[in-house]
Amino acid sequence: MRFRTTFTVAAGASALALLTGCGAADMTKQASPFANARGAKTVTLSVQSWVGAQSNVAVAQYILDHKLGYRVDTVQVDEVPAWDALSQGRVDALLEDWGHPDQQKRYVEDKKTIAPGGDLGVTGHIGWFVPTYLVKQHPDITDWKNLNKYASLFRTAESGGKGQLMDGSPSYVTHDKALVKNLKLDYQVVFAGSEAAQITQIKQFAKEKKPFLTYWYAPQWLFEKVPMTEVKLPPYKEGCDTDAAKVACAYPRTPLRKYLNAGFAHSGGRAAAFLKKFRWTTEDQNEVSLMIAEQKLSPQEAAKKWVDSHPDVWKRWLS
Amino acid sequence: MATLSVPTSGTATPRVLRSRAAGKLLLLALVAAVLAPWAATRWPGAAWPHALTVSLDKPLTTASDWVIDNRDSHPLFLYFLGHVSNAVVLAVRAVYLTLLAAGWAGVTAFGALLAWRVAGPRLAAGTAVAFLACGALGMWIPTMQTLALMVVAVLASVLVGMLLGLAAGLSDRLDRALRPVLDTMQVLPAFAYLLPVVLVFGIGVPAAVLATVVYAAPPMARLTALGLRGADPEVLEAVESLGATRRQRLLTARIPLARKELLLGLNQTIMMALSMAVIAAVIGAGGLGDRVYQALASVDVGAALAAGIPLVLLAVVLDRVTAAAGNGTPAADRPGTIGWPYALAVTVAAALATRLLGALDWPAGWVLGIAEPVDRAVDWMVAHLYSGVPVVGGTADWAGHFTTWILDPLRDGLQWLPWWSVLLVVAALAWLIGTWRTALTAVLAMAAIGVLGVWEPSLDTLSQVLAAVAVTLVLGFATGIAAARSDRVERALRPVLDVFQTMPQFVYLIPVVALFGVGRAPAVAAAVVYALPAVVRITAQGLRQVDPAALESARSLGATGRQQLWQVQLPLARRSLLLAVNQGVVLVLAVVIIGGLVGGGALGYDVAFGLAQGDLATGLVAGAAIVCLGLMLDRVTQPTGRRARKGA
Repeated sequence: MRFRTTFTVAAGASALALLTGCGAADMTKQASPFANARGAKTVTLSVQSWVGAQSNVAVAQYILDHKLGYRVDTVQVDEVPAWDALSQGRVDALLEDWGHPDQQKRYVEDKKTIAPGGDLGVTGHIGWFVPTYLVKQHPDITDWKNLNKYASLFRTAESGGKGQLMDGSPSYVTHDKALVKNLKLDYQVVFAGSEAAQITQIKQFAKEKKPFLTYWYAPQWLFEKVPMTEVKLPPYKEGCDTDAAKVACAYPRTPLRKYLNAGFAHSGGRAAAFLKKFRWTTEDQNEVSLMIAEQKLSPQEAAKKWVDSHPDVWKRWLS
Repeated sequence: MATLSVPTSGTATPRVLRSRAAGKLLLLALVAAVLAPWAATRWPGAAWPHALTVSLDKPLTTASDWVIDNRDSHPLFLYFLGHVSNAVVLAVRAVYLTLLAAGWAGVTAFGALLAWRVAGPRLAAGTAVAFLACGALGMWIPTMQTLALMVVAVLASVLVGMLLGLAAGLSDRLDRALRPVLDTMQVLPAFAYLLPVVLVFGIGVPAAVLATVVYAAPPMARLTALGLRGADPEVLEAVESLGATRRQRLLTARIPLARKELLLGLNQTIMMALSMAVIAAVIGAGGLGDRVYQALASVDVGAALAAGIPLVLLAVVLDRVTAAAGNGTPAADRPGTIGWPYALAVTVAAALATRLLGALDWPAGWVLGIAEPVDRAVDWMVAHLYSGVPVVGGTADWAGHFTTWILDPLRDGLQWLPWWSVLLVVAALAWLIGTWRTALTAVLAMAAIGVLGVWEPSLDTLSQVLAAVAVTLVLGFATGIAAARSDRVERALRPVLDVFQTMPQFVYLIPVVALFGVGRAPAVAAAVVYALPAVVRITAQGLRQVDPAALESARSLGATGRQQLWQVQLPLARRSLLLAVNQGVVLVLAVVIIGGLVGGGALGYDVAFGLAQGDLATGLVAGAAIVCLGLMLDRVTQPTGRRARKGA
């Protein structure tokens, strides 16, 4: 039996070698092995770890699946690797990008393997947030100049003698370490390591009405559950964040964008046309996100609910 | 600080010199007395001296840019790596399409019949139930994707492993060269393998399959070599005297005689590959692992469990079936089995039947939602245990105390120690337990960490590992002793241990955050839960294997139960206990690294950062440091005899 296995493997390997031929094989033009199974037209969407991105994908997936007759595969990839996967054609679309100038230059302008897919319609903003119940007790806490005064409130076991500034997933855009240093704040940046961990921790704090200071971003469904107020940092000016080590200003407001694989954008048919037109508002996205994250609906069910109640929005995407 | 070594040399009276351990220590102390003052004056301060580091940022960034820019044009990619990648994609796709064509009934029938054929009717029923459960949890398609990937990865691992094993089994020189490499590869955390593969192949199935092969092939190679070398010399002599050629000897005697080891190797390879399934999801493996990963991103323990259970079921079934194939008698001698033609015929019939009925996909109505009740249970646990529990305090308070009173002092202590004294301690420990070779490897690995410029985060990770190992050993030895002394306890523990051992490491992460908050404490907690089963099992086995005659004689001398345990069983089981420590350390390290995702920080966070931001300089250096740390920890805890000829 063992010999048979070895034989089968050897036969399989040589058959594969024959199939692939001995010519050049460009692995940057290679689809997922799970794509297009049984003759279905398949679109592969990349999902990022945060729930907003899951909502985009859920709704796009639902419409592609039920209204356009595609089969949709989703792959969870962080933003930067998603650019790479997008350029190789392993995924067809990235629906929510928070601004990656390096990648954009490399893939869109130089290599032309990725095509811009237009705006998502949502504007993203990163900042430092404290819970609103804390602002009611200490109204002046929302100015960064007063943060040192309150550092002792934010002390935890992880941050030692300093106040804790909680950061999230390693995939997020952050200058917080530089900010703490350059603004001379008596704080320690503690990396939660993933958004899931960060949300869990914020909810625990909120349940006990404990003070916390966290890196957070909008639009985000958690604001509906735990009201938070932004701490004002020195205002953002064009170019104040070019040198990552010397940043001492707030984060900009970023219009979130979509990107498509160049080949798919060109020959993706109705799916590509639909994804280019896909555009909705912050409220729409939050509605779906809340259903997924709080009511624990599956993304599919949440998307169905939203699609059923907002025909005027999505019908525009298909026209 | 330079005086640290002086008191040690003071104790070296001639009486102590007689003992070997003291001799080793004295020699080390002498070396230290010469080198330490020199090192301390030349490079003062506790941290690794900056002058001795080599920054790899520039070359690594250049390399990564080069790969991205040349991936679609350079001949190396077009004519070699491209084909590898294509072959993997085609193979996975072929298996996947076959599985889909067979439909759920066909796959279940085939799995069950295969299990019946090699392992008997009871496991056949278990296999069928496991497959049906995968479908009932609504995970049929992801299960098939994972299965397709696993089939290809395991076949490739077995092929590579057997080739390497044959080479090592037939040539002494190759054996000496390969053995340390294979030993080392087995103790490294899987997370460290991901980045280099991603650099070359990009995110996706080929990278996932290749990372899995690198991780899963070593046990096959080791056990193949072991089996070939362990063949009975008399049998070989007999075959030789019959005039068989070298090749005939290999094919007709040595390989068949090594059947048991080969099947054990297959078993271990499958288990390693499955344990990689979730980790590989980080680099785009898809399937069940991806479901677990996505569910965890939205803090949905229930959904993570729904995807995790099929993985556990697959693992348990494959483990039992391959283990039974290794131990059992050949099928022909057993009554009541069925032949291959029948098995295939039934499979085809089942597949055709479902196809005709138009129910090739798992019927949508047959899905059982477990996510919601599980989530409710988790919520309840969190709501009631997190804080404010009377008397004992909540889990958050424990985590806080643990961080403040144990993790912080340990980390600060390690970072306060001058770098050369850390090297010295490592050398002393490794030499006392092992040989001068293991000590040298350990010291070099530790020094490499310093040279890479990640001394501080590595010591942070090390402090978490040490704390977690201490907790694991206390709990593990206690439970192991209880299990060894009572059959009932052992029977009750067995299924629990099985499940915990095969559960993907990722599934532990979110509940521990809910209970212990964000930080190093949850990372340590997850590591303890993951490493405990192995420690309990090895301890219990070791204690049970103690020579009954020795116990009997102790009892006849009137020793109480406690005396028997402390003075007979534990000393006689010393070897197993050391092995338990070694295994515990290796497993704990693997999870502490993943703990970077829940606030563990240090090296684990750096690797996650490197993967997430495509920053190879950070990620690869941290990955290399993890490799060195794993190597050092393994060598320091490795008893001398483990590497003897027969050890496996």
